[in-house]
Order: sequence, then structure tokens, then C-alpha cells
Amino acid sequence: MGKENKEMTGAEIFWECLIREGVEVVFGYPGGYTLPIYDALTRYQDKVRHVLTRHEQGATHMADGFARASGKVGVAMATSGPGATNMITGLATAMMDSSPIVCVTGQVPTSVIGTDAFQETDITGATLPVTKHSYLVSDIRDLASSIREAFFIARTGRPGPVLIDIPKDIQNAKTEFVYPTNPIILPGYHPPRRATGEQVSKALELINEAKRPVILAGHGVLISGTSNQVRELAEKGNIPVATTLLGIGSIPDQHPLNLGMMGMHGKAQANHAVQNADLLIACGMRFDDRVIGKVSTYSPKSKKIHIDIDAVELNKNIKVDLAINADLAVVLRQIIPGVKARKHAYWTRKIKEWEKDADRRDILNKKTDVLIGAQVINKIWEGTKGKAVVVSDVGQNQMIEAQYYGHDEPHTHITSGGLGTMGFSLPAAIGTSFAVKDREIWVVVGDGGIQMTISELATAVQENANIKIAIINNGYLGMVRQWQQLFYNARYVETPIYSPDFVKVAEAYRMPGYRVDKVEDIIPTMRKAQAHQGPVLIEFVVEKHDTVYPMVPAGEPLHEMVRRPHAQSDAKDN
Amino acid sequence: MQHTIIALVEDKPGVLNRIVSLFRRRNYNIKSLAVGPCETPGVSRLTIVTDENDSIRQNLVCNNLLKLINVIEVEDVTNVPTVIRENVLIKLQVNAANREELKNIARERNARIVDEGERSMILEVTEGVGKIQATIDILRPYGILEIVRSGKIAITRGDNGSEIKNGVVGKGTDSSRATEQVNNYLY
Repeated sequence: MGKENKEMTGAEIFWECLIREGVEVVFGYPGGYTLPIYDALTRYQDKVRHVLTRHEQGATHMADGFARASGKVGVAMATSGPGATNMITGLATAMMDSSPIVCVTGQVPTSVIGTDAFQETDITGATLPVTKHSYLVSDIRDLASSIREAFFIARTGRPGPVLIDIPKDIQNAKTEFVYPTNPIILPGYHPPRRATGEQVSKALELINEAKRPVILAGHGVLISGTSNQVRELAEKGNIPVATTLLGIGSIPDQHPLNLGMMGMHGKAQANHAVQNADLLIACGMRFDDRVIGKVSTYSPKSKKIHIDIDAVELNKNIKVDLAINADLAVVLRQIIPGVKARKHAYWTRKIKEWEKDADRRDILNKKTDVLIGAQVINKIWEGTKGKAVVVSDVGQNQMIEAQYYGHDEPHTHITSGGLGTMGFSLPAAIGTSFAVKDREIWVVVGDGGIQMTISELATAVQENANIKIAIINNGYLGMVRQWQQLFYNARYVETPIYSPDFVKVAEAYRMPGYRVDKVEDIIPTMRKAQAHQGPVLIEFVVEKHDTVYPMVPAGEPLHEMVRRPHAQSDAKDN
Repeated sequence: MQHTIIALVEDKPGVLNRIVSLFRRRNYNIKSLAVGPCETPGVSRLTIVTDENDSIRQNLVCNNLLKLINVIEVEDVTNVPTVIRENVLIKLQVNAANREELKNIARERNARIVDEGERSMILEVTEGVGKIQATIDILRPYGILEIVRSGKIAITRGDNGSEIKNGVVGKGTDSSRATEQVNNYLY
């Protein structure tokens, strides 16, 4: 590196540091207070690609999607003030789902900070609750170390978003650039590693003595790269696995021990298993309210082991018998050798019984003239051989995707779980397309969600992102409509939503667009979309009043699921 | 029940903001907060008194504090032998008729007279030496002009120094662990 020890501007140091972090793509939107950084980009364009988004929120979701698909840190950039505040939704989304992104914002010059200068916002203050950490760089000499620490903090421990706010004068200031090579020392940051010997033996005692154990696999399984280990633990001890929404992909869909997703819209067998278990082994999950239902009746007969890298999650929502604050990858290495082979004959039989009581079969066999969302997802699964990365949005589309697209591998299911950010899927999929080159990428989104970030269609076309966008159009904000149907006497207040002609929208953005309203047209249309290298939009016109079942009403016991009303009669047709 | 927490934090801009924001965000109540430099340069020491009845939630307060990058150590010293002090300054209305009476009260209550004006007097009371609330109650009928309290500060008894390693919640000091993760903590 001939550039070492040379005098550079803050803007140049910024790009030098990003390149040293291995960054190859950034998603951003320029503005007045990032002009020096953008001007310096001209000298680094051979090493870093900048993707111009249409909104800063889109940039954050792209960085997020890139991070979730690649395991690397995603980078988003915005100018000060409105550019920075537009990032807050993306930061909160990444924070809730432990996604490692670094967001860089421009700031007014240090000399005028605090004077309400043009486009000034206290963005480090505003983002305090939705970032893992943040930096306001007030001295050029701190710039390189701040960037380095930001990436380190974002990707280690429980990953999360870090914001770096860089005033314009710091971008212009010059200093001798010496890239720090010493180990990063943060006196207050030591992500935990191992379980104690005592914890390991207690865990083994509980696991080996359990008669009705269930593993709960969360996003932490994917983040820590332990899906193989979780599978090994499951197979060795013959322990069924239920996943959270973000834990989907941690065990192959068709694996005999996979119970599927648990929780509010989880599979009946998963919820019954959790409620009747005598041991829960919670791995990298946080007992979210959507997963536990009513706290006081949650899995009442079970002992509970909870392994999580974030101490704050332990004993937060559910009191557990053994809380292990450590790195899941290390804990599983410590535990698995001591796990004894078990048959769990009664438990296996019981789960088989519950499996017969699935809603899945019923809806797929339903004979109707109109498309059903579940059929669409099932066909997308069939037409992609279950191998695609599917980025789903939020609401009914997200739940039917989780229920009907069988994911076999980690990081093939990307969605905004914790925050439930509508509009996440399209930009996140664009970000994913920079990380995933060997798989199809499908977006599953509703007619409401797509309109929240529809401007990013331009970004998709501009970058020729190879994504296929499936709009599940039921003419409603479907999940809210469903709650109105079930809990507000079907008063559909402000949930019917007007949409443009999506095929014409696609055409206007100069991308192929199709409309499908018959089951037999799904696969042929998919084939056309798959044949096109680049973004394609397909609008699926589906049943307006379809409802996602099973459903555990908020705050109700997990086993008291509202089932599809016609389940019994339809099941007989099969 | 009130809990007393000692926290050692990096002395950097915005750190106090992060701590206060955390308490608000997680819906914890701060009864008092005292901050200042400690024996180690670059490190500030906080004594925080919280009002949290649930012991699990109290433990989460500590863990949440530890989760902040700039927080180095946290200890809940509620059930540990501790010297706790709080100072209060009370400015009183005084006249010729009650001046001597008030001086007597000050003596009885272990309060120091730190300033005397023509029509006023400032008393200093230290909790632990005197009793702040009882003194205020006694003085109130005489006419209190102003009260200012420092918030509680706490220090544990015994021969150990301020390295809070034996705390209920401790971060450990193995500084090699963080760097170990640079390379191996990817997906």
C-alpha cells in the first residue's frame, strides 16, 4: 500500500478505511454534507461500487439485506438532516433483527453544530435507541479508528447497526493517514464466549433426562453459523426443532425433526409441542411476544435452557431454569459430545399425531375460482425447487411465505421480523442481489408494502438487480384487515387500499411485468420471469378476504389457535 | 424497593445521554444519579439509585447498562456492605426571633451552618451523618427558600479497590476475547 503514511483528506481516509474492511458495495444517496466523500469516491470507484438508491430508507434496507444474505457488514450512506432521519426506520429494523450494518451520515461543520444550521439534525441523539453504538467524529485523527471500531462492533457479539456521523469539515480536513493495526480495545465491550463447566453439566443433565424435549432455533442460529450443529444436537438426542420466523432455514424444511415455525402463525404441531414439552432448549432466540403468546400459560410443564449471546435477553420475557450467556457456536461444541442417543417414543408418536392436524394441506387442496395466496407461494416454491432466497415483506404475505415456502438452507429467508417494517422486502432484495449470485432471488410482498418503497424499482432497473417481485395483491392491508375481521366485527376501516396498475408500473420503470389470476398460469409466468436476466414484476391477484391460519390471538395461550373454519371438511377431500 | 448501582463508564461525550436514554427506553425509574471522575483517568463513576421492585427487572437494568459499549463495569451494591452518602443544602428564612432556635436544631440534627445572611441561613446535611428527610420536615415550618440534593454516592466497604470484579454482574476482563472474534465471528 503505497498510500500509507500520506497526507489525506477525511473523505479519502473514509474510503481507505472502508476498503480495508473489505467493503465492495455501498448503498447511498448524496447531499450537501457528504459532497467531499462523494467527490473522493471518483478515486476509489475501481474498488467500491456505490449504488444510488431512491430514498435513504431504501439504502438502509439494502445494506441490511446484503448483510443478512452475505454475513458481511452492509454499508449505507446519507447526508445530514432529512437524509439521516430517513435512515431511522432502517436502523430500527436492523437493531431488532441483529443485522450488522454501518450507516454513515454527513453532518454540518463542527463550527456550527448546535446552531440549527441548514439540514442539521442531532442524528446520534435521535438514533440512540435504535443503534448498537454510534460515533460523532469531531476530530480528523479519530476518523480511522472510529470507522474500524464501528465495523468491529457491528459484526461481533450480538450484531447490530452502528452509525458514524461525519461533519463536513472533518471530511475536508487533512491528516497523515496511518491505518491502525493494533488490536481494537474497547474496555466496556467483551462479547461472551464459553459456558461454564457447571452450566454444561446442568444442560446435559436436563437434556439427557428429558422425555419431551424441543429445540427452539432463532435467528442467533443463523448468525452464529450453527445450523449444522443444531441439526447434530437434534439428531443425536432425537429432539424436534421448532423455529422462530427469523430462525427459518436453521433446519431443512423436510427434515423429520423439523416442527416448523412456532408462534402466532406457527404450525399447530410446533405450538402443541412447545406447550407440552418437558424441556425447551432455546438457542439464539429471545422469546418474543409473537412466539410465546400468553406468558403465564407458556410451556407450563417444561424446564427451560436459554442460550444467548445477549445477557439482556435472558430471563427477560420468560423465566428460565438455566440461562447461558455465551456464544452459541461455542456452547454447542461444549454440549453436543455429552448428549446421549434417545428414542423419545411417546413424544415422537405424539408429534406425528399433531402433524396430521396441519392447515397446510387443506388450503392447498381448496377448490376455488380465485387464487389463494398460499397456492401462489406453494407454486413459487415448486417453480424454484425450494432453492431461492425469498425476501418477504410484512403482513399476510410474510406469514404465508413462512408457512408455505419450505426453506432448506440458512440465509435463504430474509424478512423484517422484530420491527415488522412494511416496504422492507424490495430494497432488501436489491441488497441481497449484490451478495447472492448463484441463486434466484424472489420478493414476496403485498400491495400495501410494495407501495411504501416502490421508488426502489428504479434502483432495481438501474442496477439490473436479478430479482423477481411477486406482489400478492388482495386489495387490502391484509393483516390489519384480518385483525379487524376477527377482533373488530369485520369493520374494515381504512384497510381497503387502492393500487396502480402494477403491470403498467413495471412497464413505466422499463421492466417486464405480468399479471396472474389463475393457478395454471403461475408456473408458465414464472418461467418467463426466470428467463429474463434482471428485475421482473408479477402481480398475483388473490382472494381478497383470505385469512392466515392458524392464529394465536395476541396475548392468548399458544395452544389456543384459531383454526381455518373449513379445515375439517376440506381435509376429507384429500 | 430502591436499588443502588455503581457503574464505571468511559469519560466520553454522550455517555451520560446513552445511560439516561436507556433508563427511559426500558421504562426504568431513576431516583437519583451522581456522576464524577474516579481514581482512574478517563473513567467516570456513577451511582444510580433505581426504583425497581422486580428483582428480575433489576438484574436486567444492570445487564442493559453493561450492554452499552462505553460502560466498563456495573455492580448492584444494594445488598453489599456499603458507605452511602448524600448531601443536601437547605436555604432557610431566618429572623432575629428564631435564629438561635434554628442553630440549636442544626446542632441537634448534625447539620452544618455553611452560610449566614441577614435574613437567611444555609444548612448542610449529609445523609448517613444526619438524616436529610427528617431534618427537612423539622425545618419546613420555619420557611425553606431552596433545597438542593447531590444524589447518593456509594462505595463498598472492605479492602478491595474499585475494580468491581465480584459484582452480581461482571463483564470480565479478558481483553483478548474481543479481538479473537474479529476473524471467527462471521456467519
